[in-house]
Amino acid sequence: MESQAFQKIYTKLTNITKATVTLKATGVGYDEIASVNGKLAQVVKIAGDDITLQIFEGTEGIPTNAEISFLGRPPQLTVSDELAGRFFNAFGNPIDGGPEIQGEVRDIGSPSVNPVRRDQPSNLIATGIAGIDLNNTLVSGQKIPFFADPDQPYNQVMAMVALRAKTDKIILGGMGLTNDDYLYFKNVFDNAGALDRIISFVNTTENPPVERLLVPDMALTAAEYFAVDKNESVLVLLTDMTLYADALSIVSNRMDQIPSKDSMPGSLYSDLARIYEKAVQFPSGGSITIIAVTTLSGGDITHAIPDNTGYITEGQLFLRRDTEIGKVIVDPFRSLSRLKQLVIGKQTREDHPQVMNTAIRLYADAANARTKLENGFDLTDYDERTLSFAKEYSERILAIDVNVDTDTMLDITWELFGRHFKKAEVAIKENLVAKYWAQ
Amino acid sequence: MEKENRTTGKVVGIVANLVMVEVNGPVSQNEICFITLKQESLMAEVIKIMGKIAYVQVFESTRGLMPGSKVEFQGHMLEVTLGPGILSRNYDGLQNDLDKMEGIFLKRGEYTDPLNREKKWSFKPLAKVGDEVKAGDWLGEVNENDQPHKIMLPFKMKGTYTIKKIVDEGEYTVDHQIAVVTNGDGTETNLTMVQKWPVKVAIGDYREKPRPFKLLETGVRCMDTLNPITEGGTGFIPGPFGTGKTVLQHAISKQAEADIVIIAACGERANEVVEVFTEFPELEDPRTGKKLIERTIIIANTSNMPVAAREASVYTAMTIGEYYRAMGLKVLLMADSTSRWAQALREMSNRLEELPGPDAFPMDLSAVISNFYSRAGYVFLNNGKTGSITFIGTVSPAGGNLKEPVTESTRKAARCFYGLSQARADSKRYPAIDPIDSYSKYLEYPEVQDYLLKNVGEDWLTDVLKAKDVLLRGKEAMEQINILGDDGVPMAFHETFWKSELIDFVILQQDAFDNIDASTPMKRQQYMLSKILSVVESKFAFGHFEDVSTFFKEVINEFKQMNYTEFDTEDFRKHEQTLEEILNKRAN
Repeated sequence: MESQAFQKIYTKLTNITKATVTLKATGVGYDEIASVNGKLAQVVKIAGDDITLQIFEGTEGIPTNAEISFLGRPPQLTVSDELAGRFFNAFGNPIDGGPEIQGEVRDIGSPSVNPVRRDQPSNLIATGIAGIDLNNTLVSGQKIPFFADPDQPYNQVMAMVALRAKTDKIILGGMGLTNDDYLYFKNVFDNAGALDRIISFVNTTENPPVERLLVPDMALTAAEYFAVDKNESVLVLLTDMTLYADALSIVSNRMDQIPSKDSMPGSLYSDLARIYEKAVQFPSGGSITIIAVTTLSGGDITHAIPDNTGYITEGQLFLRRDTEIGKVIVDPFRSLSRLKQLVIGKQTREDHPQVMNTAIRLYADAANARTKLENGFDLTDYDERTLSFAKEYSERILAIDVNVDTDTMLDITWELFGRHFKKAEVAIKENLVAKYWAQ
Repeated sequence: MEKENRTTGKVVGIVANLVMVEVNGPVSQNEICFITLKQESLMAEVIKIMGKIAYVQVFESTRGLMPGSKVEFQGHMLEVTLGPGILSRNYDGLQNDLDKMEGIFLKRGEYTDPLNREKKWSFKPLAKVGDEVKAGDWLGEVNENDQPHKIMLPFKMKGTYTIKKIVDEGEYTVDHQIAVVTNGDGTETNLTMVQKWPVKVAIGDYREKPRPFKLLETGVRCMDTLNPITEGGTGFIPGPFGTGKTVLQHAISKQAEADIVIIAACGERANEVVEVFTEFPELEDPRTGKKLIERTIIIANTSNMPVAAREASVYTAMTIGEYYRAMGLKVLLMADSTSRWAQALREMSNRLEELPGPDAFPMDLSAVISNFYSRAGYVFLNNGKTGSITFIGTVSPAGGNLKEPVTESTRKAARCFYGLSQARADSKRYPAIDPIDSYSKYLEYPEVQDYLLKNVGEDWLTDVLKAKDVLLRGKEAMEQINILGDDGVPMAFHETFWKSELIDFVILQQDAFDNIDASTPMKRQQYMLSKILSVVESKFAFGHFEDVSTFFKEVINEFKQMNYTEFDTEDFRKHEQTLEEILNKRAN
């Protein structure tokens, strides 16, 4: 680590735990970083002259006579246009063998944007995936996670969304990424010829878990540089936020804090909100959109991590394998984009909101019919029709391999309505039916 | 309360936003202090005192703070500044005017004035020299966005005073001396239009707080019709994420029949506040034709803003509400979400290493919540006029579990319960208020029943109870159908179920994004309910159970077209006509 000649070096640690060390020192500021035998650490508690430091890499092998020097500043990142196309570790140091970044040094974890200086998100982000564009439309400045089980192809879908979305920069914050997934992202971005607009901060499973805590702030500091200073639209991908929250619980546990639900720290909501709320639309045109991944254990969304996330983010996307068609679909029931109301029927065709809701209602009727079937009851004619509608709807709309524009999605849905239902069963506003009902 | 010699101290310990301060003099619980950090000074509140150490929660980030930093105590609790010019403002949780702050990012240690000190208000005296006045009595009024903003004897001034001097009608700034009063021993006090009040103390200068009895119209059918809230009433909306808490709150705050609407965005999403910032200046209040923003005050302490200020934000909002209530106005206060406020309490309790209660919340959570809800209410002021604060809070139950501590504690305090159901939200039945589990205690109040009888209709209450019964019977019928199968139950079960679906689709479900359907006046609600009940009470002939659903879907479709059409117009009657034809075909 860097060190400055005039700095005082301490050499006596009084306490060492798995993640923290304590020493006596003066003139130290809260949140300041320090170097302990070359390992990066941050001040997490000051009680008189007892200073407790959290060591990001863990305390393995640290002796009581370790050399400690304080750097007099919080963690920082050097920002400039040179960031584009580069790969960094959680400390913001290049890991791609390239040169150090020259530019302006900024503290990470900057203050919040004044809410009155925000603009209402209003630019639709098209992905071509109907399960998203039609039913859960994304908007720039939005924050939305994939809630996915570990076996689902969330990283692939996320990479696909990132490449199709027309944004100026894509910033990947990888936390606890397996080396294979890291290489996957690198290859996909490379093959798409998009590497020059992508910046990656990566903590893989080979790195110590506590280091992860720096990744979102690093990624978002870079994002703010491009969104605020350069007025660019920036898409930030954070995967996997569950591993980030796990790292938070490790630290709070080592600091003897009383855990709340699911052994998570009581401040989990604020900790996650601080990150997700960096998503913003600026009046100047710059924006930060966050798409994250929160892995679930056994699909349980009542666990503290997905639960708190759901209250912070503007919706969530669920992936599900539809056995009827043998493909992965974006689940229309549990997925939700809260900001879609700002664009659907405004930047898209007028019939979008009603068509979307009606199709989902009919799809729900199909799910009820399926339950009836499973329980051994006879199906009515209407039930049969909903089932055949649902199958086609999954195949032609919900499957994630669909790639069409929104008007086509709407036309397909009207076509399905016309083929399977009567007008009264669809119950859409008359003037829309008159205009769009497939003859 | 003000002290001459201010206590000072120095920082001795820091854990996140909890700071330990060694003090050299007397300090009081909840006293405000400022901590010096380089050129900035950070505001903090005392939350615990142990010997010479005061534990303070800092309303800002403590990054870079060092032991030894100087602390100066202020001798008062957290206060808001009250005076003309609060309407249409956007404040943070500590009543800083967000629009006056410079730059895109919030700067630490920047505190801005909540009032405009230059603007001149046209003041009209309401009291005259020689009048005896008490705290909260009206001395004069100014026109604030067409609301009669009363200038009152400051709430802090206890006892009786005599007006010695009062200015004539004219244009004055808020700091201009408008009156001089004397107390019993002749001490004079100069008064301006501005006063201060500590947020954690209720303003109690009214004569009487009766049980609420007047309906507060919200235009939301499943509230007004089935479980109405009253002027001065309390209600809460718990619901898992994605069930539409915020959309419902926004709908209520746009449509409700109130003079003043205060929205406390407490630890929620910034984009939701931006939606209010963007839409309210455009939207019209249907009753006055003025822009909604003119009657609205926004307290925005979003989830990424400092936690301690989040806790303060609901108190700031309530105190401003009490101020306007004391002017004889109808105030609606919405807090989204009270769970975030409870979580802020939990974070501090945790850092203080207090022994935790259920789910690590502080033990006194329930008491804190009840105490807060009790500040709402309908009051008779000392001059006989009335004012009210209706309070609706949302609750975000962890994991959607309504047995968690915040929901449980709120249930004890609030009189209306609007439970949002995941199942209804999943099938897009919005607003997702569960018609069976939700309740309004006010429906049981004889004074409310009396009011409904006189103001809505003589049959109204019986009709409402009928509708509730139909919904309940429909739910039971559906359960039987699910167990026994479509053809395993008598035809009547299908009819019962579909009659409840009729009420569900036409009354309960409402499109918050449709211009006409979004808000339904009471008169229209009454018309539609009696129309639907006439269908429910009719007998129809069906040959096969499939006919039942086909028929009722047609009926529902026609009713929905009516909901989308302007009331009492030709189009409306055309749909009504079609509906009659459909019904007649099946009449038995």
